[in-house]
Amino acid sequence: MKNSIEDLINAIKLLAETMSEVSIMEVCGTHTASIRKYGIPSVLPGNIRLVSGPGCPVCVTSQEDINMALSIADSEKVIFTCFGDMMRVPCGDKSLYSLREAGRDIRIVTSPMDAIDISKTNPEKQVVYFGIGFETTAPHTAALVDEIDKQNINNISVLNSHKTMPQAITHLLKDECRVDALLCPGHVAAITGSDAFSFVPEKLNLPAAIAGFEAYEILAAILSILTMLKTNRKECVNMYPGVVTKSGNLKALELINRVMEPEDAVWRGLGSIPGSGLRFRDRYAGFDATKRFEIPGNKTQEPKGCLCSGILRGENIPTDCGHFGKSCNPHSPMGPCMVSSEGSCFSYYRYRDV
Amino acid sequence: MESKITLAHGSGGEKYRELVQEIFLPAYSNEYLSPLTDSAILEGGGKIAMTTDSYVVRPLFFPGGDIGSLAVSGTVNDLAVSGALPKYISVGMILEAGLEMDVLKRIVDSISNTAEKAGVKVVTGDTKVVESKSADEIFINTAGVMNARNNLGFSPPIESDAAPLGKLVDAIFMNENNIIHAMRDPTRGGVAATLCEWVTSTTDIIIYQGSVPVRPDVAAACRLLGLDPLHIANEGIILFSVPEKCADSVLAALRKEEYGKDSAIIGEVREGRGTVSAVTDFGSKIRITMPNGELLPRIC
Repeated sequence: MKNSIEDLINAIKLLAETMSEVSIMEVCGTHTASIRKYGIPSVLPGNIRLVSGPGCPVCVTSQEDINMALSIADSEKVIFTCFGDMMRVPCGDKSLYSLREAGRDIRIVTSPMDAIDISKTNPEKQVVYFGIGFETTAPHTAALVDEIDKQNINNISVLNSHKTMPQAITHLLKDECRVDALLCPGHVAAITGSDAFSFVPEKLNLPAAIAGFEAYEILAAILSILTMLKTNRKECVNMYPGVVTKSGNLKALELINRVMEPEDAVWRGLGSIPGSGLRFRDRYAGFDATKRFEIPGNKTQEPKGCLCSGILRGENIPTDCGHFGKSCNPHSPMGPCMVSSEGSCFSYYRYRDV
Repeated sequence: MESKITLAHGSGGEKYRELVQEIFLPAYSNEYLSPLTDSAILEGGGKIAMTTDSYVVRPLFFPGGDIGSLAVSGTVNDLAVSGALPKYISVGMILEAGLEMDVLKRIVDSISNTAEKAGVKVVTGDTKVVESKSADEIFINTAGVMNARNNLGFSPPIESDAAPLGKLVDAIFMNENNIIHAMRDPTRGGVAATLCEWVTSTTDIIIYQGSVPVRPDVAAACRLLGLDPLHIANEGIILFSVPEKCADSVLAALRKEEYGKDSAIIGEVREGRGTVSAVTDFGSKIRITMPNGELLPRIC
């Protein structure tokens, strides 16, 4: 393995010598984290630049959705369940974490299905699950809703903030393209299938490679991208074939499609993007937490000087931000990009260059 | 006896005595505790090592242990890496009213078993009961005290989860040329926190990422949850800092021990400017930083 990685690095270097500046955007938070964890930028030639896109689900969750979560969770009648990296996302001076410290019942779950057990042992409480993430986690939320519908459980609802990737990438890059190629998300593609990313060469006119998350998989995808750029080919190459098929996970797709339908969604830093969210279809609308709880409208401003928007668009890197590592750090994050292990700011901070 | 803990069990009255006589004494029974004096009178002299730690883990019972076994082995290990021969510990408990008596009994039995295996005696203790919701079922504090170890001392053989640490230190000192500059059991904050605490403003610590022994199941779980193995709390491993000239001999000594057989040289200390970094198998470099706050599993 060590040799094959060194071979990949050498091949990338040889090819890069014949090329000018190349920017490759990774649109998956797990890629952002892996790239930093393996120190990949430190072995790439100087003219090959990796920029992060809007691929961290926590980071692109709008302040409005986080506000709704805090408002629902701040009640003694509620047990609020969510994934761990939502806990510390700040909204004004509050977060789910601070509410939990103040005594609210907020629980980290690793599967939405945990909400069912919690609801059964706490029949007097309303259990709310915060559905966050892209096509990778949407099937789990759909499965939860399907199950509570089948079992006729009336004390679980879902705050649904799911989003889909292709619309956001298209929206981000269709008018003004700042990158030369895309490193496409292996986990999302495992659900959607590689065909779902053929819009990258077809509509955006960019080469793309769907990649896994180990160092050699990322480097192999970078090499394939450079080769395509060099030979002026615009394709979406599946470099994660052991996991990603052409048509994806049909069962998961059927489940999402049965329970949810596309709607416009607000992305933090990117604004409203048509058709990029998922809402419950009418038959399942009763499980929508926003219909069960009264949520006061409360606009929280994004912190001043926070460069999240530029960073999520790939226009800036975290170190461009005046707050980075100073007033904004993992101990007291100003925005979600510094909270999630997949956030660009957090990854840059944790694995700072040596 | 009731099936649940009530505030009366903490009152110091009849119910409290019942708890001591029926649950604690049978489990911990020894000549220092049994007289139930206000404090235990211990034997010892010279330099004394002392440590205390509180345990608030959830769930109370987990694969490989429970809050009781952890409360004993955590404190015993703290003494072991300070070069002390653990012998006596105290057990203080804060119980939430409503705790099932059976749960308490299981935990007390586990404390008793772990203490016996580690060769330590529970010589004093305290129990408080607080109102429901003022604590989370049970909190335990243990303190340990013991004679400091001479460099070439040998502790009696100890056979628990906690034992390996004491034995590993002994194994190193079997060779009188071996020197240990520093040793630490990297519990909370993991290996990363210990290295970041060790590094000084005039040194750099460089670790070889591929040499750090990480069990495949741990590596897989970390990948799944988005956690860094270097940030994960350990129970039962030691980091040693030793002079380069005796590194191989220390390693050989450790590898002969059952609990040290996977030991590895994971890095080196150089002159520098206070950074901790890792070099990967393929030559990339990354900074190792202090973990921040509670480790939170990620989304997907």
